[in-house]
Amino acid sequence: MTTVTDTHDDHHDHGPAAGLMRWVTTTNHKDIGTLYLVFSLIMFMIGGAMAMVIRLELFQPGLQFVDPSFFNQMTTVHALVMIFGAVMPAFVGLANWMLPIMVGGPDMALPRMNNWSFWILPFAFTMLLSTFFMDGGAPAGGWTIYPPLVLQGGNGFPYMIFAIHMMGVSSVMGAINVIVTILNMRAPGMTLMKMPLFVWTWFITAYLLIAVMPVLAGAVTMLLTDRFFDTTFFNAAGGGDPVLFQHIFWFFGHPEVYILILPAFGVVSEIIPTFARKPLFGYSSMVYATSSIAFLSFIVWAHHMFTVGMPLQGELFFMYATMLIAVPTGVKVFNWISTMWKGSMTFETPMLFAIGFVIMFTIGGFSGLMLAIAPADFQYHDTYFVVAHFHYVLVTGAVYSIMAAAYYWLPKWTGNMYNETHGQWHFWISTVSVNVLFFPQHFLGLAGMPRRIPDYAVQFAEFNMWSSIGGFVFGLSQVFFCYIVYKTIKGGEKATDQVWEGAKGLEWTLSSPPPYHSFTEAPEIK
Amino acid sequence: MSSDNAYYIPHDAKWPIVGSVGMSLFLGGFAGQLNGSSMATNIMIVGFLVLVYMMFGWFGEVIDESESGKYKKIEAVSFRMGMVWFIFSEVMFFAAFFGALFYIRIYSVPWLAGDGSGAATNEFLWGGFEAIWPTNGPGDVGGEYQKMGAWGLPAINTLLLLTSGVTCTWAHWGLVANKRKQLIIGLAATVLLGFIFVGLQVLEYSHGYNELNLTMGSGVYGSTFYMLTGFHGFHVTVGAIMLLVMLVRSIKGHFTPENHFAFEAAAWYWHFVDVVWLGLFIFVYWL
Ligand code: HEM
Ligand SMILES: [Cu+2]
Repeated sequence: MTTVTDTHDDHHDHGPAAGLMRWVTTTNHKDIGTLYLVFSLIMFMIGGAMAMVIRLELFQPGLQFVDPSFFNQMTTVHALVMIFGAVMPAFVGLANWMLPIMVGGPDMALPRMNNWSFWILPFAFTMLLSTFFMDGGAPAGGWTIYPPLVLQGGNGFPYMIFAIHMMGVSSVMGAINVIVTILNMRAPGMTLMKMPLFVWTWFITAYLLIAVMPVLAGAVTMLLTDRFFDTTFFNAAGGGDPVLFQHIFWFFGHPEVYILILPAFGVVSEIIPTFARKPLFGYSSMVYATSSIAFLSFIVWAHHMFTVGMPLQGELFFMYATMLIAVPTGVKVFNWISTMWKGSMTFETPMLFAIGFVIMFTIGGFSGLMLAIAPADFQYHDTYFVVAHFHYVLVTGAVYSIMAAAYYWLPKWTGNMYNETHGQWHFWISTVSVNVLFFPQHFLGLAGMPRRIPDYAVQFAEFNMWSSIGGFVFGLSQVFFCYIVYKTIKGGEKATDQVWEGAKGLEWTLSSPPPYHSFTEAPEIK
Repeated sequence: MSSDNAYYIPHDAKWPIVGSVGMSLFLGGFAGQLNGSSMATNIMIVGFLVLVYMMFGWFGEVIDESESGKYKKIEAVSFRMGMVWFIFSEVMFFAAFFGALFYIRIYSVPWLAGDGSGAATNEFLWGGFEAIWPTNGPGDVGGEYQKMGAWGLPAINTLLLLTSGVTCTWAHWGLVANKRKQLIIGLAATVLLGFIFVGLQVLEYSHGYNELNLTMGSGVYGSTFYMLTGFHGFHVTVGAIMLLVMLVRSIKGHFTPENHFAFEAAAWYWHFVDVVWLGLFIFVYWL
C-alpha cells in the first residue's frame, strides 16, 4: 500500500472530475468529507431555525406564535435533525477528512461505499422534512418516538420511519468504512497504540454505531408493523408492552449519546496538546477510558426510564452502573487538565473552544450524575433539568468540539487561515450566550417546568425570557460562524503546512491544502 | 508510480446515487401505499426495479474489476473485514427482535398476569388473564388461533438448513482444493436446499393463515412469530440468491483457490442465517 492507482490507465489523471458531477460521483475521502461537513452545517442551520421557533414561543407564557401541535413538531424534528443530520454527519465528515491522513493511508478502505454513505443522507432528510407538508404534519411525539403516542401521528409517520432506516443504513456503512480503514490502511509502523486519539475514539464510536443502529432499525420496524400490520409488540391487550419499546430504544439511545461524544473527546485530545505544547497526558489511559465508557454504555440504558415502574433491582443496577461511567469520564477530564498543567499555552480559537468544551461538558456531566440518582430523578425526569443536562453535553460538548475541529483543521483543508479576531469573537459571544440560554433551564427544571410544552406557569417567565434571549444571540453567532467559514474558504492569509507551532501528527506533514490523494507513498512512522 | 502494489481506488462511482434514488422511490412509495395511496404502489415498484438495476450494475462493475486483476491481497482484506462487520450489524438487528421476544415472555406477559408489581393491573384491567405461552394477550387479539408446532415442517427445515451448511462448506473445500466439480455440485445443492427451505416456509405461512388462524395480528405470539421468521426467511432468500450468483460465477470459472472473496462472503452469510435459524427453532417453535 504505497501508491495509488486510478481506474484510468493514463498516469497523469489525479485530479477530480470537472463540474457538479465531481461531487455526485466522487470516491475521494476529502471530497466526501467536505460533502458531509457542508451537509451538516446546512442541517445545523435548519435545526437551529426550529430551535429559534421553540425559544420564540417560550419567550413568554401563554400561546403566542405557533399552535401546540406545531410546537411539538418543532421539538421532535429539531432533535432528529440535530442528532442525525448535524452532529453525526459532522463527525463522519471529520473522520473522512482526517482518518486516512492520520493513519498514513491513501484513502478510505471502501471508497465507493463511502460515496453511498453520504449520498443516502440528503434523500433521507428530504424525506423527513417533507413530512411537514403532509396531512397531520411532521412527527410530533418527541425524538424518542414512544408508542402509543407516536403511532397516533398523521401521514408523516411512515416517512419518518423510513427516513430513520435510511439514516441507519448510511451510518452503518460509514462506520464499517471507518473500522476497516483503521484496521487495514495504516502505514507500516503505525501500531494501534501509536494512533492519534481521534482515530482511537472514532474506532470505538464506529463499533458502537454498528452495534446499535440496527437495534434502532428493529425498534422502528416494530413501530411500523404495530401501526400498519396489526402486530401488538407495544400493546398490552395483545400481551405486549409500551415499556418494551423504551428498553429497545434506549439500548440504542444511550450508546448513541456516546457516539455523539466520543469523537468529540478525540478532537479535544488532539487540540489541547497542540496549544499546550506538551504531549497528551496519559495516552494509554485515554484509550482504556474510552473503551470502558463504550462497554459501560451498553448497561446503563434504563437510567432514562427510572420513572416507568421498573422493579427495584433494576433501578439500583442502572443507577450504580450509570455512576460508574463517571470514573472513566473523570479520567479523561483530569488528563486534559494535566496536559495543560505547566504547558506554554496560547489561546487561539480552537484552543478556546476546546477549553470551553472541557469546562462546560463537565457541567453537563455533573448534572448527568444528579440525574443518575434514581430517587432524585423522580423529581427531575421530563423537566427542563434534563433539557439543560443534554444541551450542556451536546451543544457545549459535541458541537463545541466540532467548532474547535473546524477552526483547527480549516487552514489545513483550505490552505487559508481563518480570521483570528472573528474566531475569538465567535467564541466569546457563543460562550456567554449559550450559558444564558441553558443555565437557567437547570433552575426551571428543578422548579418543575416540564419539557416539550409550549406554555408554562407564570412563575417560570423570567428564566424563560433569559433563556430565549440567550438562544437568539447564540443562533445569530452561528450565522457569524457560517460567514467565517465562507470567508476562509474564499481566501485569507496563506496557511503553512505546519499551521500551528505545537502541532504534531501526520496531517501537518502534508501541504495545506493536501494533495488530492493523501499519502501516495506510505509515510515513515517514528 | 508503481501501480502493482498500490491500493486500488475506484473513480466516478455512479451506482451509489442510483441506489439512493431507488431506495427513496421504494421506501417513499411504500410509505405512500401504507397511507392508502394506490398510485404509490407503482412508485414502489419502480424504486425496486431501480434498486435491482443498481445491484446488477454495481456488482457487475466490481466483478469486472476483480476479474481484470485490480484487487490484491490488501483490498481483499478490506472486503473481508467489511463483510464481517456487516454480518455483525445483522446479528444486532436480529438481537432487537429476539430481545423483544424474551422481554415479552419473561416480563410483560407474566406482569399482565399479576406477577411482580402487576397485581393491580391484573386485578382491575385484565382479571383472570394467566401467563401461558403462546398467548395473544389478555385482549384475545386476533381471536382463537393454534400454535405452530415444532416437529413438522420446522424440524424438516432445520435439517434442510443444517445440511445446506454442510454442502456449502464442502463446496468451499472443493474450491480451495481446486476441485471444480465438487465446488459446483456443492453449491448447486446448497442453493437448491435454500430455495426448498423458502418454499416450505411459504407453505407453513399459508398453513398458519388458512388453517390455524395464526396471523401477524394474533397478539404478541403472532407478532413475534411472523416478525422473526419473516425477517429470517427474507435473509435466507437473499442468501440463496447470493449463492446462486456464486454458482453462476463458479461455472464461469471466476474463482481461484487464492482469490474468491465473494464466495466466502456469501458462505459466511449463509452460516449466519443458519445460526439464526437454530435460535428461532429453539425459542420460537420449540420452547
Ligand atoms: C457523565 C455522564 C452522564 C450521565 C451520568 C448521564 C445521565 C443521564 C440521565 C440519568 C438521563 C435521564 C434523565 C431523565 O430523563 O430523567 C440523561 C438524559 C440524557 N443525556 Fe445524559 N448522562 C451523561 C452524559 C451524557 C452525554 C455525554 C450525552 C451526549 C453527548 C448525554 C445526553 C443525554 C440526552 C440526549 C438525554 C435526554 C434524552 C431524552 O430524554 O430526550 N448524556 N443523562
Ligand atoms: Cu443515557
